[in-house]
Amino acid sequence: MSASLIEMRGITKSFGAVKANEAVDLSVAPGEILGLLGENGAGKTTLMNVLFGAYAPDAGQILVEGRPVGIHSSADALAAGIGMVHQHFHLAPRLTVLENLLIGIPGKSGRIDRAGGLARLKEIGRQHGLSLDPALPVSALSVGEQQRLEIIKALFRGAKLLILDEPTAVLAPSEVDGLFAALRSMAGQGLGIIFISHKLNEVRALTHRCVVLRHGKVAGRVDDPANTTSSEMARLMCGHEIVPPTKVASTPGGSVLLLDRISTSGHAGTPLREVSLFVRSGEILGIAGVSGNGQRALADVISGMLPPKTGTMTIAGKAVAQFSPRSVQALGLGRIPEDRMTTGLVTNLPLADSMVLPRIGTEAFSRKGLLNPSAIRAFAETQIKAYDIRCPGPMVRAGALSGGNLQKALLARELAFDPKVLIVSQPTRGLDIGAARFIHEKFLAMRAKGCGIVVIGEDLEELLMLSDRIAVMYEGRIAGTLAGAEATVARLGLMMTGAEGRA
Amino acid sequence: MFRLEARTSTPAWFNLALPLLAIGAALVLCSGLIAVAGAGVIEAYGVMLSASLGDSYAITETLVRAAPMILTGLAVAVAFRAKFWNIGAEGQLLAGAVASCFVGAIPMPGTLAMLLMALAGAAAGAAVALVPATLRVKFKVDDVVSSLLLNSVIYYALMALIEGPWKDSFSGYPISPPIEDSANFPVLVEGTRLHLGVVAALIAAPLVWFLIARTTLGFRIRVTGENPEAARYGGINVQRVLISTALLSGALAGLAGVGEVGGVHFQVMSDISPGYGYSGIVVAMLARLNPLGVVPAALFLAAVMTGAEAMSRATGVPAFLSDVIQGTALLAMLVALLFTAYRIRRVAT
Repeated sequence: MSASLIEMRGITKSFGAVKANEAVDLSVAPGEILGLLGENGAGKTTLMNVLFGAYAPDAGQILVEGRPVGIHSSADALAAGIGMVHQHFHLAPRLTVLENLLIGIPGKSGRIDRAGGLARLKEIGRQHGLSLDPALPVSALSVGEQQRLEIIKALFRGAKLLILDEPTAVLAPSEVDGLFAALRSMAGQGLGIIFISHKLNEVRALTHRCVVLRHGKVAGRVDDPANTTSSEMARLMCGHEIVPPTKVASTPGGSVLLLDRISTSGHAGTPLREVSLFVRSGEILGIAGVSGNGQRALADVISGMLPPKTGTMTIAGKAVAQFSPRSVQALGLGRIPEDRMTTGLVTNLPLADSMVLPRIGTEAFSRKGLLNPSAIRAFAETQIKAYDIRCPGPMVRAGALSGGNLQKALLARELAFDPKVLIVSQPTRGLDIGAARFIHEKFLAMRAKGCGIVVIGEDLEELLMLSDRIAVMYEGRIAGTLAGAEATVARLGLMMTGAEGRA
Repeated sequence: MFRLEARTSTPAWFNLALPLLAIGAALVLCSGLIAVAGAGVIEAYGVMLSASLGDSYAITETLVRAAPMILTGLAVAVAFRAKFWNIGAEGQLLAGAVASCFVGAIPMPGTLAMLLMALAGAAAGAAVALVPATLRVKFKVDDVVSSLLLNSVIYYALMALIEGPWKDSFSGYPISPPIEDSANFPVLVEGTRLHLGVVAALIAAPLVWFLIARTTLGFRIRVTGENPEAARYGGINVQRVLISTALLSGALAGLAGVGEVGGVHFQVMSDISPGYGYSGIVVAMLARLNPLGVVPAALFLAAVMTGAEAMSRATGVPAFLSDVIQGTALLAMLVALLFTAYRIRRVAT
């Protein structure tokens, strides 16, 4: 490999007693796509924040094109030619694409250089096949387009090295292909790219070389990801073998959730149009679809957040008379929201509070308006043990937990009450293999116990692995339902575009 | 070079250290003003200290001053916990004072009168707080603006009352007729102004703490304030919680007015509150919205207020310094709160 574009030597960074990074070496050559792999909490994001100037390392050195540099802020990083696309975008939604690009760029004699910006934008579009309408406000862009804008922004500022922190977590499968094509083209023109992910198939498909982090240290390096097996990489990441869960055959019982011609309105996003579906006890129904085709409305209706305009819903044989979170819960519905941090938990309050939140008014946790702190604490402690939730205790701030542990906590708060039906959205989004595996096992165990489960997801591999039947949503309707055995990625992909339907 | 770095957790001792740091910073900053006014800094603060806490009479005076600020501090702390931005404790206090004065002027047995005064004052304060809460819940009107502006509405309505139909015909001044003697709150220590309302305020703090920490309503208030979306998903009626919080907050501020009428002034005049409602915001912030912390925070501000008058007489420094200390303490506290989320690190340049 030729001279390195960026080299990090012996980077160590501690937070209190925790060593987030310890003596990490890493280098990227021009034209190289480096995969940075690791479970959540392995130190990937910390390492990149050091590189991007958000954290000062306790020890270690950063070299850009062979010269040691001090990077103390994102401005320093940009000046050194390092651009970063964060998981959460940093865009001004009311400004246009062009205006977002020009933020912080010095203009000519105090005036914003629109013409120059437009020319640069066109040039970048031509070079890398990344185009966007410069006059559109950011609020009108899809998530994929916003990400493209972030990449363009980095290139606009002259980045020679681009860091992407889990860029595919927010994308639909078709958008991922587009992103990969753009990244390959950029690497082809001499850019260095660091691609952070824990999705092994993506890393194998895209990267030239991989660094695997575990507990803040380099656990291994993979020189030929395309020809290294996923299980080999997974072993490096977790430190032990990962076996996919086995799904035993089960005979579904009677229907536990029934939606009959449900239509909605007055909801942000695509409304439902005459959606009918059923889930039987001991069965997992997968809901596939490109994001934004009514999945949000479906999850909201089932979990009691959105009363439908027309249609009826039946839970365990009882019609839902009044749509509210409490009433559907009382009928035996368990709910796990799509967005753990904003909808599921209260990050600033103790973990125990989030774990009892939906049932705080019930006999289990309070009586006559008075809380029962010892019962709340005992419940949280029991579940923390049962679900192996890694945390200092039930009184820790919920926001201090990692994504996988938060998801376990949300799972525990529902499964502890033996729901007859469970509705989950994107159950393992952003989770590492170990945590995802744990969640999948719990679903299969619930299925074996006779619970009916609806899994709304965009990860087709996951849906195929879990589901007994898969329904595909398209433009607010159920475009068709396939039995698990006859479903394939290709077939589902076709149905997701509305091309094929089957009842 | 120094820079701010995000913290992953906040140590518990910060709850005590930050307010003390803020108070210390405020006193240091204000010492410059004392020097400019031509007095010795040590001497001025010394007079302040001895006049507010130096002997038992001074302590009772400080307690009497602290009582309304404990109640308005609790009112603000409860509201801010739910992120209902009640800046209207001043108006709610005035409404409580007016209502309790009306009731107290009606002849009836003393105990009954005091009870009804408290009820009327709490109800009036709650009714005033209901306005910004309803506007926010129904029409998404900013509660900071509506509750703040309502203070002026209430103040001038009170002025119109005591300048007009409610003017005391006996004295002819723009003050309301006094309440019945039997309705005057009992004095606890002979020769001081320490009245029953002070004890009530001191008891209110642990009660409010209990409500926030140990009841389902308190749980819902906390959750709604921290994350309304998770609250809604968890089956909490967020709008109802906001309304309940407003009623509770307004009632507490109204009770502050009741104490001033029943225990200190025995009638309503235009300057019945020297901004106790606004001081409640400072108190609540210094207390980090903890109802138990409200008591020491209110005592501090009361000591500054009581001490400032004596200091003014002894050294010639204007008593307005107490307002400056209050304001500076609030600003210092807001800055200090930054350290709950960030730490300062030295980086090599």
